[in-house]
Amino acid sequence: MFRLTRDAIDYHALTEIARSPHCGAVVLFLGTVRDLTGEHVTVFLEYEAYTPMAEKKLEEIEAETRRRWPVSEIAMVHRIGRLEVGEVSVAVAVSCPHRAEAFEACRYVIDTLKELVPIWKKENAPDGTGKWIHQSAKPGAT
Amino acid sequence: MTITVKLFAAMRDLAGSDTETVELADGTTVADLRRELGKLLPLARTLLSRSTIAVNHDSADNDKPLQATDEVAVIPPVSGG
Repeated sequence: MFRLTRDAIDYHALTEIARSPHCGAVVLFLGTVRDLTGEHVTVFLEYEAYTPMAEKKLEEIEAETRRRWPVSEIAMVHRIGRLEVGEVSVAVAVSCPHRAEAFEACRYVIDTLKELVPIWKKENAPDGTGKWIHQSAKPGAT
Repeated sequence: MTITVKLFAAMRDLAGSDTETVELADGTTVADLRRELGKLLPLARTLLSRSTIAVNHDSADNDKPLQATDEVAVIPPVSGG
């Protein structure tokens, strides 16, 4: 399953969705709002999505992940709107029979989501200025 | 044909609007649309060159022909997660 939401992400409930009696491993990834990027202080973030395309890409990521790994369940949720420092912006839970494939599949989902899904964040600084982030993809750097 | 192009994030801020209407001849491609958008939105040219064009919710190559019924959007480099 996948969802875009304006509400706080209940990652415990999300993990429960992923759990399965056929699986010995559940991997949960949480992306959280960081207060510092290099020397830039962030007070809050705003996330915006091109919703119908984002949902289509999330659906494709789920299908490709299931094609590559023996996944039982995948749960992906991304927040939209204003988020304060420390809040969860994205959560991915994946279950597989064994842990190695669960780690790999979860890593693939979050890396691909960050590369392909049309969602953008605006970093808002203490001085009231905001900046949309449109840098080229550097996997693992953000 | 008339195509209403959806704009997001810094692209929307540079354009001052969340859509841009482009008049195009039939048989026009994504490359032609990019040229027209560059003329209409000179402030957004640099970001436009770093953006992909989505047609009906998929990234489109420059040689893809456009139809009047297509849903078209400019997708600047994404930063979700």
